[in-house]
Amino acid sequence: MAYEGDELLDSLTSKEYEFGFTTNIASDKAPAGLTEDTIRLISHKKNEPSWLLEWRLEAFSIWQKMTEPEWAHVTYKKPDYQAISYYSAPKAKVKLNSLDELDPELRKTMDKLGISLEEQKRLSGVAVDFVMDSVSVATSFKEKLGELGIIFCSISDAVQEHPELVKKYLGSIVPRTDNFFAALNSAVFTDGSFCYIPKGVKCPMELSTYFRINEAGTGQFERTLLIADEGSYVSYLEGCTAPQRDENQLHAAVVELIALENAEIKYSTVQNWYPGDKNGKGGIFNFVTKRGLCDGYKSKISWTQVETGSAITWKYPSCILKGDYSVGEFYSVAVTNNVQQADTGTKMIHIGKHTKSTIISKGISSGHSQNSYRGLVQINKSAENSRNFSQCDSLLMTDTSGAHTFPYIEVKNKTSKVEHEATTSKIGEDQIFYCLQRGLDMEQAISLIVNGYAKEVLNQLPMEFAVEAQKLLAISLEGSVG
Amino acid sequence: MLIIDNIHARIEEKEILQGLSLTVKPGEVHAIMGPNGSGKSTLAAVLAGKSDYEVTEGSILFNGKDLLDMAPEERAREGVFLAFQYPVEIPGVSNMNFLKAALTEIRKHQGLEPLSAKDFLKKVSEKSKLVELDGQLTNRSVNEGFSGGEKKRNEVFQMAMLEPTLGILDETDSGLDIDALRIVANGVNAMRSPERSFVVITHYQRLLDFIVPDFVHVLYKGRIVKSGTKELALELEERGYDWIKDEVESVKA
Repeated sequence: MAYEGDELLDSLTSKEYEFGFTTNIASDKAPAGLTEDTIRLISHKKNEPSWLLEWRLEAFSIWQKMTEPEWAHVTYKKPDYQAISYYSAPKAKVKLNSLDELDPELRKTMDKLGISLEEQKRLSGVAVDFVMDSVSVATSFKEKLGELGIIFCSISDAVQEHPELVKKYLGSIVPRTDNFFAALNSAVFTDGSFCYIPKGVKCPMELSTYFRINEAGTGQFERTLLIADEGSYVSYLEGCTAPQRDENQLHAAVVELIALENAEIKYSTVQNWYPGDKNGKGGIFNFVTKRGLCDGYKSKISWTQVETGSAITWKYPSCILKGDYSVGEFYSVAVTNNVQQADTGTKMIHIGKHTKSTIISKGISSGHSQNSYRGLVQINKSAENSRNFSQCDSLLMTDTSGAHTFPYIEVKNKTSKVEHEATTSKIGEDQIFYCLQRGLDMEQAISLIVNGYAKEVLNQLPMEFAVEAQKLLAISLEGSVG
Repeated sequence: MLIIDNIHARIEEKEILQGLSLTVKPGEVHAIMGPNGSGKSTLAAVLAGKSDYEVTEGSILFNGKDLLDMAPEERAREGVFLAFQYPVEIPGVSNMNFLKAALTEIRKHQGLEPLSAKDFLKKVSEKSKLVELDGQLTNRSVNEGFSGGEKKRNEVFQMAMLEPTLGILDETDSGLDIDALRIVANGVNAMRSPERSFVVITHYQRLLDFIVPDFVHVLYKGRIVKSGTKELALELEERGYDWIKDEVESVKA
């Protein structure tokens, strides 16, 4: 009667990935393959000090002895690491003095992505760092932040201008030996963002990095290092897109956060990498290591992520709660559609006394996708009187999708308290019909129901981002009820 | 306004409506009564366009348009409102946002701009008084944690907000105590007008003491087998449905 089911589904699911365009600018790209020479080339291109080259080469030798992990609930054909180009940079002729001197093609890309830097400057007061393929191409607001002593720049610039900070903290939270992808990243990372908030400074604007993979046959290995000194505060946003390509592209990033005494870091991600087509052709392999250290007394790190893209997601933003009374939070919405696979969650490692962690995870599975939550709550003997609350909910949109929960809990003292709640539900046809009967159409109905379900997490996002995320959820799930 | 002609409808393989006809004119209130399983709720679902039900024969005209040709949301926008027997909960979606979205769609269909926040809130405060709905409830998630009575009042509140031309009440009285029943009925009565019609589906005569119908119909085995005025409801209350069943069977034989 109302909808010719298949017709509607087809028209909606065939809706194209909105950010699938490529940018035609000449790029400086290294030949495929990974050897010590590749690393020397990267290091040379970036004019790096010798300690960093040595650090990279050690990482490479560590990586060579490691094997790719297989424990995640995902299946894929492992990338051929020798077929990837590890360095690609939009060809810039000279060092830019201002954003106005950007390559017009690059400017167009930014505009399409909705990063109008000029507008951002005027309206929203969000400082943006834009990383395309391997290098950071534009950072806005640098001077204004500089007045407060805040350093916000690409990690390449930080290596040149603040080597003491980079040397002190790089790899201190995610060591090169941590895992296969972290070791690889340490060997070949090409750019990313660096941020330092000095003592007692509350960063007055959101800091934002936009990651974009453009070049074919490349991987993106960015490195983010964020240090919040004593009593400081920063809210940091990260967005990602990639062109639509038939090949799988690898994104293996490392993010390290350090919060010193009484400092707070809020780190939000809206991940919209190309997920591949309906049949699973192409799409980004998103194998990312994100970890934060609450180093000082009463420090706080909060991760919020909205994951809608990528063919495969392997990602566990974690908190090490070392300082007494430190706080770790993880809020996540992970959406999988078609044949996407996500294995994501968090680790909360309690070391300090009276430490507290909260985990709110909302999985949404549609199409034939697989969506897993994997989390570890570890309360060490020293972490007396600590608390954790975990809530892991799964929402199934179709009978053909899967939702899985793998919670690990280790408590080594008697004074701590851990609570875990988990639910799985199927989106109700009754809920949808109720919305239709009130005059809403199918897309609005699904969007409303799903956003309601994910509300606890979306509420954690900064305002501008929350609106984007809501739209993204709706787009990712269009026509997905079956 | 509503002309139902010889409707046959089934769910899966089971035919539930077997040639139901009913005409409702503007401003009229029609009560549909009948024993369990006679097809009362199916009638409501078919009018609202629930896809589980397949209409195999017959036609329904609503204000001259073919209702069966419309998607459920089009019907709603054209002015068909169903007060559900079991209103669903939609966690995390505020009652206000939900109603704002619905009202905006309906107004758009009528070629009207969305209400301003101020006018919307004014309307909310006015209409929520009709069913004595606590201000707190209007701000909570749709039906989440509402008692049975609160859910039913919320349905009538939504109806008052969306101002349909045809209100279908599907056993809105079930599970209500006498006070709640009076409140719900007052809300409906306040909405009665020469342009607006109601189809009131109920098991019990009791509701009809408060919402006085123009016509009462008895549904049995998927057809209307007897029609009358308010007195018919009283007679049913007194004598039950058996005499009607007997009448129907004897006619057949």
